[in-house]
Amino acid sequence: MGGTAMIDARLLTKTLSQPSYATRLDARGWTSLLTIAHAERLTASLAWRLEGLKVPPKAAAILAEAKASAEVGRTHALWEAEMARRALGPLGLPLILLKGTAFAAAGLDAARGRLIGDLDILVPRDWLNEVEAALLGAGWEWVKPDPYDDAYYRTHMHELPPLIHAARDRMIDVHHTILPLTARVKPDAAALIAGAVPLGDGLFTLSPPDMMIHAVAHLFADGDLNGGLRNLWDIDRLIREHGAVPNYWPQLIERARLHGLVPHVSRALRLSQHLFETPVDAFLAYEARKGDIFYMGRLLARNGWGQETRKIVRLAFYIRSHWLRMPPLMLAQHLWVKWRRG
Amino acid sequence: MRHSTTVTIGPRTFRIGSDWRAPVDAVDALYRDYPAPASLIPDYTVRLEAAKFARRLIRPSVAICGDYTLPEAVPQSLAHGLISAEMAMNLQMALGERRFLLLHASSVEKGGKVLIMTGESGSGKSTLSALLASRGWRFMGDEFALIDPLTGDVCPFPRPISLKNEAIGVMRGMLPATRFGPLQADTAKGDICHLIPDDAAIAAMHNPAPPALILFPAYGLPCDIRPVGKSEAFVRLTQASTNYTALGEAGFDALARLVKNVPIGAIDYPDTDTALALVDELWAALP
Amino acid sequence: MGASTYAASLPFKSVALDGLSAIYHGASGATHVVAEPVPQILEALGGDTLTLAELLARLGADYDLDDDAEAGLSARLDELVALGLVIAR
Repeated sequence: MGGTAMIDARLLTKTLSQPSYATRLDARGWTSLLTIAHAERLTASLAWRLEGLKVPPKAAAILAEAKASAEVGRTHALWEAEMARRALGPLGLPLILLKGTAFAAAGLDAARGRLIGDLDILVPRDWLNEVEAALLGAGWEWVKPDPYDDAYYRTHMHELPPLIHAARDRMIDVHHTILPLTARVKPDAAALIAGAVPLGDGLFTLSPPDMMIHAVAHLFADGDLNGGLRNLWDIDRLIREHGAVPNYWPQLIERARLHGLVPHVSRALRLSQHLFETPVDAFLAYEARKGDIFYMGRLLARNGWGQETRKIVRLAFYIRSHWLRMPPLMLAQHLWVKWRRG
Repeated sequence: MRHSTTVTIGPRTFRIGSDWRAPVDAVDALYRDYPAPASLIPDYTVRLEAAKFARRLIRPSVAICGDYTLPEAVPQSLAHGLISAEMAMNLQMALGERRFLLLHASSVEKGGKVLIMTGESGSGKSTLSALLASRGWRFMGDEFALIDPLTGDVCPFPRPISLKNEAIGVMRGMLPATRFGPLQADTAKGDICHLIPDDAAIAAMHNPAPPALILFPAYGLPCDIRPVGKSEAFVRLTQASTNYTALGEAGFDALARLVKNVPIGAIDYPDTDTALALVDELWAALP
Repeated sequence: MGASTYAASLPFKSVALDGLSAIYHGASGATHVVAEPVPQILEALGGDTLTLAELLARLGADYDLDDDAEAGLSARLDELVALGLVIAR
C-alpha cells in the first residue's frame, strides 16, 4: 500500500472537529483534505469551520468559492419551498419541509455551508393524490414515466416517484413517511406530522427530536451509507444546536422509542461522538456494538483522490496514522474482532 | 492512483490521476510547453479509471471520474486517452467553476482588447480562433471564455485547440508539425487533433484583457453581418453559459455589464476566408 | 385575485437593455427579461405597499395611461405576483 492509500476521511472528520488541525497540513495534505471534502459534499461546511484560520491562498480561494456557491444554492432551495407552498397552500395542508431545506428555512446551524439538492417535503399518505394533482397543475412533471418503476414506487417506497419543475429545473420529493414501507422499522408518520413545528408563512419543520430521528433514518436507510459523512455532520450540527434545549434528550428518547429507531439513534450518536466529538447523552449512546466498526469503516472509506475504498472494509487502525488516536474502547473492540478472525 | 500529473491552464490547475500510464504520458507530451502551477494545491481532481476491474487489461475502457462527473457518460477507449483527459477537464470547468462566468466561446486578443466568438458546436468558433491566432492575434481559448465578475475582463484559458475533421488538414497545412498532438482517429466526433497554442499565448496565460467585441458566427451560410440586440444577446449568452445560474447575482452583474458595454454582432460565413475578412472589418470599425 | 395591496419583492436589480430590461430577483435567484411596463411598475412601487388605485395614480403622474390601464395593470401585477417579483396581500 502506498502512502496516499493510508489517507481516509478521518483527515476530514478530524479537521471538522478541530479546525486548527488544518494549519499543520502541507500542500499534499490540503489537496487530499479538499478532495475528500468535495467527494463528501462538505467543502462549504469545512469552509465555515475554518473561517478565520490562516490557510494557503489557493485553499482559501477554493473554500471561499464553495461557501459562495452554497449561499446561491440556499436561495434557490428556499425559493423552491416558497413555490411549493403556493402550489399546495390551497389544499390546507401544512407544508412540512425536510432535510437541508428545513435547516435553511429554520435558520439552523446545520444549514451553514450545506448543499441542498431537491426539495423534500412530508405530507399525509391520505393526501398523496391531491398533492400530486396540485403539483402537476402548478408546472411540475414526472421525471421518469415508467409504469413498472411507478407502481413499485407507489407500493413500496416512502415517497412519490420524483417530480421536476419544467421551468425551474428543480426536483421535489414528496414523502409520506421517512423510511421505505419495506423496511422492518415502521416510523409513526402521523406522529411526525402531528408534532411538526410552524415557522410562520405556512411552512413547517419536524420537531427538533423528530428532525434528528429523520436524519438518523436517512443515514442508515442507504445500506452503503452513501453520503453518510454528510448525514452524520447534519446530526452533529443538530445535536449541538438542540442538545442544550431543556428536555431535548428525554424527548429524543421518547420519540426514538415511538418510531422504533432507538438502536439506530444510539449508533448514530456513538458514530458522531467518535468522529466529530459531539457531546451526546451517555444513556442514549450507551452500549457500543461490534457493528459500529463496520459502519465507521464505510463512512470513512474515501481516499485522498476522492475514490470510495469500500472494498477495503478493514479500518487502518493499526497502520501508522499520524492524525488520530483510537479511544481505548474502540481499539479494544477492534482487537477483539481481529482476534476472532485471526 | 498509480499514475498522475498536473496541468495548468490559465487560472486553473488540474490534478489528473490514471490507472494506465499511456494517458498521463500523452498529457505530459501535449502540455510540455505549459508552465508549472503556481500552487501545489490543484483546483480540480480528475481520475481516468478502468471502467471495470477486469477491463483494465482486456479491451481497456476509460471511465471519467473526479470532483465532477456525469454518471451517464460512456467510457472512452484507452486509445483516446487524450480525449478522456480533455473531456474530464472540460467537465470540471463546466460543472464546477464558480469564480468566473463561463461562456461557451473562443477568445482572441489584439491590441489589448478581446474578441469573443460564441456559438454551438459547428459554428466554427474553435477553427476561427485557431486561424486568427495564426495571424497575429493572441490565443486565449477555444472552448471556454472566462469572464471575471470583479473586473469584466476575459481571463485566458488557452488549452490546446481541439480541431475536428477537415479543420485538422487546414491547420496542418499552415503550421509546423511540432505544434500538433497525436491524431485521435475515429472518436465519437470523428477525427480529432490538438493544436498546441504558440509560445506567446502560453506565456500570457495569466494576462486578462477587456472584451471589445462579441460575435455569433454561423458557418455555411451566405455572407452577412448584423448587429444583435442587447437583450437578445443577454438571453443567448445565458444559454451559452454553463454556470450563469450557479453564480447568482455575480453572474447577473458580469453578464449585464458585458452586454451593456460591448458591441455585439452576428456573422454568417460560407468559408473561413470570408469570416476572417468580416472580423477584420468589424474590428477596424470599433471606436 | 382579491389582493388589496402590492409591494415589490426586494431586493432586485434592473438593467435596461434596448427596450427590454433584465431583472435579477434576490429572493428567487431568478433572472427575468421583461418588457414595458414592468420596470416602470416596479419603480413606481419602490419600497412602498400600495393599493391598485394608488399605484395607478403614481404611474399616471409620470406617464400617459390608456383608458383600460387599470385592467392592464391588474393583469401585469398578477403575472408579477406569479413570478414572485411582486408580493400581494
